[in-house]
Amino acid sequence: MTIQKLNSAQVPFEKITAKTFPKGPDSLAPGHRACQGCGEVLALRLLMKALGRDFMAVSATGCMEVCTGPFPQSAWEMPWLHIAFENAAAVASGVDAGNTILRRKGKLPDQRIPVVAIAGDGGTADIGLQALSGALERYHENFIYICLDNEAYMNTGIQRSSATPFGASTTTSPAGKLSKGQSTWKKNMPAIAVAHNIPYVATASPAFHLDMMNKIRRAAAIPGPAYIHVYAPCPTGWRMKSELSVESSRLAVNSRVFPLYEVIDGQYVISKRVDNPIPVADYLKPQGRFRHLKEDDIAQISERVNHEYEHLIKLSETFDGPLF
Amino acid sequence: MSVTKSTKPVGIEVSLAIAEAVKLAEAEVVAAYPITPQTHIVEHLSDLVANGELSAEYVPVESEQSALSACLGSSAAGARTFTATSSQGLMLMAEMVFIAPVLRLPIVMAVANRAISAPINIWNDHSDIMSIRDCGWIQFFAENGQEATDMTIISFRLAEDKNVMLPVILNLDGFTLSHFIEPILFPPQDKVRKYLPPYQTAHKLDITKPISMGLLGAPEVFTEIKKATDNALVASKKYVSKAFDEFGKIFGRQYKLVETYKTDDAETIIVTMGSISETATVAVDEMREAGEKVGLVHLRLWRPFPVDELRAAVRGAKHLAVVDRHFTPGFPEGPVATEIRALMYHEADRPKMSNFILGLGGRDVPRNHFKYIVEQVKGLGASGRQGHYEMVGVLE
Amino acid sequence: MKNKVKITMEATTKVGDLPFGFTAQPGTTREFKTGDWRSARPVLDREKCIYCGFCYIYCPDGVYKDMGPKEKYYQADLDFCKGCGVCANECPKKCIQMVVEEV
Repeated sequence: MTIQKLNSAQVPFEKITAKTFPKGPDSLAPGHRACQGCGEVLALRLLMKALGRDFMAVSATGCMEVCTGPFPQSAWEMPWLHIAFENAAAVASGVDAGNTILRRKGKLPDQRIPVVAIAGDGGTADIGLQALSGALERYHENFIYICLDNEAYMNTGIQRSSATPFGASTTTSPAGKLSKGQSTWKKNMPAIAVAHNIPYVATASPAFHLDMMNKIRRAAAIPGPAYIHVYAPCPTGWRMKSELSVESSRLAVNSRVFPLYEVIDGQYVISKRVDNPIPVADYLKPQGRFRHLKEDDIAQISERVNHEYEHLIKLSETFDGPLF
Repeated sequence: MSVTKSTKPVGIEVSLAIAEAVKLAEAEVVAAYPITPQTHIVEHLSDLVANGELSAEYVPVESEQSALSACLGSSAAGARTFTATSSQGLMLMAEMVFIAPVLRLPIVMAVANRAISAPINIWNDHSDIMSIRDCGWIQFFAENGQEATDMTIISFRLAEDKNVMLPVILNLDGFTLSHFIEPILFPPQDKVRKYLPPYQTAHKLDITKPISMGLLGAPEVFTEIKKATDNALVASKKYVSKAFDEFGKIFGRQYKLVETYKTDDAETIIVTMGSISETATVAVDEMREAGEKVGLVHLRLWRPFPVDELRAAVRGAKHLAVVDRHFTPGFPEGPVATEIRALMYHEADRPKMSNFILGLGGRDVPRNHFKYIVEQVKGLGASGRQGHYEMVGVLE
Repeated sequence: MKNKVKITMEATTKVGDLPFGFTAQPGTTREFKTGDWRSARPVLDREKCIYCGFCYIYCPDGVYKDMGPKEKYYQADLDFCKGCGVCANECPKKCIQMVVEEV
């Protein structure tokens, strides 16, 4: 068997520009119960808007699921399914398998239907990691996974996850006499997704909305599984003013804390180079979860952030073409 | 030639026969994870898909939790869906099992019954299924290979009945049924298609008519949602009988919710579920020859519980000897006995009730176990005791 | 038997009135107005507004409506606006003020 060389970067898709921004009705209705200034629901709203309505969504249990689907109401304008916490990837893979066979048997029109699994950082990096790994590895053709990363278990009351950044105080990694908050560095979920040799992995931020929306469009256009890791500010959990959610996601990118990039067929491509980063402290300061950090803690974080960023740049420069 | 084209009984392992029945049922998605003693079912299904004999998507998931999760997804997409598991696998998927009936997704699952750890043990008893007894699925216990084959097809028909729309679990004893080679008469494909038309439903994810499934049920609706689901399960009993009768008409094999054997004048009735019912039948014959007034009741349908049928089946008996293949730690009775005792409590003429735990973790259940049981029950009369509970053959 | 004890019924929907499989129709959270969560409302100075659309884009609740190329502004639907202030913070011309709601 010969392995076919992909060229996912060349797969065409309809790009959204400031001029062609879809102004029609949203795909996620208002009236949902997300907190004031929720950056996660904003990211979700824009991602759904980019896809229109001809797709299916599968949610993991979490903030977004609870606030959008209180029976007898639903905020979702497209077919939507929620089963449990740890299995959004598995459920979505089943939906895709169902659609695939029904299409093959002529019971559905011959049209690709993207199936989008949506989970938080806990549902992705912790409890849902196994199901996600299985789904990515099985290579479901129309499968897109979105991790909305607000860096802790917010739905249950701000407990730490493996995606909680170093130094953040949460209800289970509290800052105290002997603790600086979260004692471990954030798990690198995109790298784990990349390790599955899937055609498309990307990071995205709602502050860079066109970049984010085009990434999900590209994910939908490329045949094969895709993983998008989305920065999702949580004013409630981060102990931050509600109006700062977009600003904090901008600061995260501009301070190199949350770099934006794509990994297409294994090739890292930087979406937005940050050659003159703002100080990491500017990003940390507005957030109460980092309030206890001292200058040397911030220096330590800053050093690691820059080191990781440089590593990422090296990765993007190391490969001269798709890996597979 | 495919075994299912034979017009005569074919000698085949029961697991493979179930897989062939899934093929005859034209299942569209199979998502499963290997676990002994269920593996032969899904291995053979993989073969059938790989050879193009069954046009289906086989999703080789990474766990049982994902197996049923994927099945929930494919069933919600509107595809006819099958899975199979056992023991620890059923434990791992337990969370998802309880979700399927409330969402009204008609998945069919074969459970090759096996003990649950610890100690780890791959052999047969009913502790896996009993630990998720209240999951809300329609649940059958198959007695032999022909029945397991037929019931696979019946399960799809029943699950997808517009008046039912509930998932179905088909229990079959691990190894003692799943791995036996039996002569199986396969129903012809054209007749199966008539009995089980292609699955069509409006209750699905559809981009032309979007709905949201799996919502949050707050306290003001939770009780009603649970009651609505239970109403559907209780009401499904009528359609189980209908599915059995129509199967009988087309294929000539008539099944009942509760089977009785030599119960008419029986003073003692043994109650069993699953493949030990065949052993019990032979034991009853032998005891009858020796002049014992003994009969057998075998529960085929476990959920919804055939309340009236069970009461009618045991009417007139002085003693019931209920066999459990699972025990309830810290309580002096097994689950099947407790349920039957509860159902008989309000009967004016209720029999004495005894309970015997048999065949745990693959321990053999020979005919003389049933003779032993009947002896214990008869001994109650002299002592005036109302019942007896025993873990038969435990070495203490 | 007539019940003497009256029980409190918290239930909102009869068993028989529930949709099959307790599904919901799309976009029905619109029936739930979140506007009363608000403690401050966005007030737009149309003189300064450049019709850039950032308020519309960045509103987590999608409450802004495009009033069209003639009117050239976006209007917040106060039935749903939760008053988070993201629009005011993101407005490049700072022409949205969050004004405290009078109770």
